[in-house]
Amino acid sequence: MRLSMDLELQDIPGQLMQSLEPFKKYKGNIISVVHHRDRKTPRGTVPVQIVFEIDPSNIDNVKKHLEENGIVVVRAGEDRFIEEISVLLIGHVVHSDLGDTINRIDSTGFAEVEDLSLRMPGIDEPSSAYMRIRATGKEEIGTSLSILRKVGAEKDLLVIEPIEAEKI
Amino acid sequence: MREVRISLVGFGIVGHGVLEVVRRKRELLKDMGLDLKVVSVTDINGTLFDEKGIDPQRLHGARTLEGIANLGIIGKEAIQEIDSDLVVEVTPTNIVHGQPGLGHIEEALSQGKHVVTSNKGPLVVAFNHLKELAQDNGVMLKYEATVGGTMPLISLIEKNLVGNEILSIRGIFNGTCNYILTRMMEEKYTYSYALTEAQELGIAEADPAYDVDGIDTAGKVVILANSIFGMDVKYDDVNVTGIRDITPEALNLAWERGYLIKLIGDVPTLTVKPMLVPRRSPLAVGGTLNVASIETDLSGTITVTGLGAGSIETASAIVSDVVSIYTSRQIDA
Ligand SMILES: NC(=O)c1ccc[n+]([C@@H]2O[C@H](COP(=O)([O-])OP(=O)(O)OC[C@H]3O[C@@H](n4cnc5c(N)ncnc54)[C@H](OP(=O)(O)O)[C@@H]3O)[C@@H](O)[C@H]2O)c1
Repeated sequence: MRLSMDLELQDIPGQLMQSLEPFKKYKGNIISVVHHRDRKTPRGTVPVQIVFEIDPSNIDNVKKHLEENGIVVVRAGEDRFIEEISVLLIGHVVHSDLGDTINRIDSTGFAEVEDLSLRMPGIDEPSSAYMRIRATGKEEIGTSLSILRKVGAEKDLLVIEPIEAEKI
Repeated sequence: MREVRISLVGFGIVGHGVLEVVRRKRELLKDMGLDLKVVSVTDINGTLFDEKGIDPQRLHGARTLEGIANLGIIGKEAIQEIDSDLVVEVTPTNIVHGQPGLGHIEEALSQGKHVVTSNKGPLVVAFNHLKELAQDNGVMLKYEATVGGTMPLISLIEKNLVGNEILSIRGIFNGTCNYILTRMMEEKYTYSYALTEAQELGIAEADPAYDVDGIDTAGKVVILANSIFGMDVKYDDVNVTGIRDITPEALNLAWERGYLIKLIGDVPTLTVKPMLVPRRSPLAVGGTLNVASIETDLSGTITVTGLGAGSIETASAIVSDVVSIYTSRQIDA
């Protein structure tokens, strides 16, 4: 089963290696480790996200082991959205019902829009929106992009995709 | 010493550059065993002809051949009449009907003359027809300067990457668009302000549609598709979106998330559209630069970058093509 865990590590040498130990011990297969050294918490800890595969019966043991080592487990659970992509929209993004645009992705059940930022220079001027779409897999990212292209054509929005997207 | 008699058709920015590069590199070319002689120059006013090779002094400072031409013939007639081995075709591009270049190139190839060109029009309209015509007449048609100007792309693939399967080519093939988007990003200029600046600097034409609407890039996509991917496609097969709707706010939003916005041409998907390019990507080049990433089966992805336009730069690609015609050896079984 594929899971993800958000941890908070002390900013001292050796902590990251120590945090990976219990995964090894309980035969977890680590898929990715994202170390957010640049996003320290107010408590001075460093957030780390680990995505891994493990027999679900072992997850509690991993948690316990981590906590014994003084590592804070902020969240642990199933990781559904393992792929993500950035997209930019230009046009009358807000007045063409941004809520609906987002809902067209969210309502698929396999993808959702997160991390939305807007720039609205003035009334009647085109605005732009950056969004990150997360989905359950590469194929679902591809489908989400097709949906966005269609919405873009309908609402006269320019949809700007990243170059990596073409490879999906 | 191999003498090569060249007819230059078109005496504009690139035509002047060709004369200059041939003049400057005369000794170097002779060391390679090539005596390049430009025996005629043609523009719409007429033709200047000298069978001993035109003395560059005679054209010094002249913008056109008005008052200089010594023959009243132009176009196909000039190509037919003048005894030459090779035609350099550098007249204006028209990607709808390909003329006048298409007629010039057909005439030259049919006469058994090699052709080197920077003119996209004829290749966009009739690539496969011209390739066949060259083959039937036992001559070569070379066109490195049509895509990416001085940036080696076609010869790189045909020579250095030979044996590789080319999976895709994507890149920035229009320096004008790249310049406008770069200035909008760096200076927060609006599209129209950046365009005006580009026009004042001579980077954009008075009528910018050909560049900013992606037409020029799409023409290059067609040439790459037909020449490198062996496809048989036309301009209308390319899905094209230009850069007019890009705003400085969108560029700024992209930048904050680690991206630039660039007009990207892609083969074999046959698309031209603005795309997000990661700031650290090798495709993230600024100013008027062109860039292409070639994805291959054996050599991985190779990226080349360079100036896509300019008189001397474009002429250098043309002269390289001329030299390669006379230095490439064919091994008979
Ligand atoms: N400039 C670049 O950096 C660059 C880069 C890559 C590719 N290219 C391509 O290279 C070609 C030449 O570009 P350029 O910038 O040199 O264009 P240009 O400055 O407009 O020059 C075109 C020349 O062709 C002449 N011409 C027009 N019709 C003719 C005809 N029927 N017969 C003979 N000559 C004729 C023009 O004469 P008049 O001036 O008397 O009309 C002029 O001398 C174009 O196809 C362009 O797309 C240019």
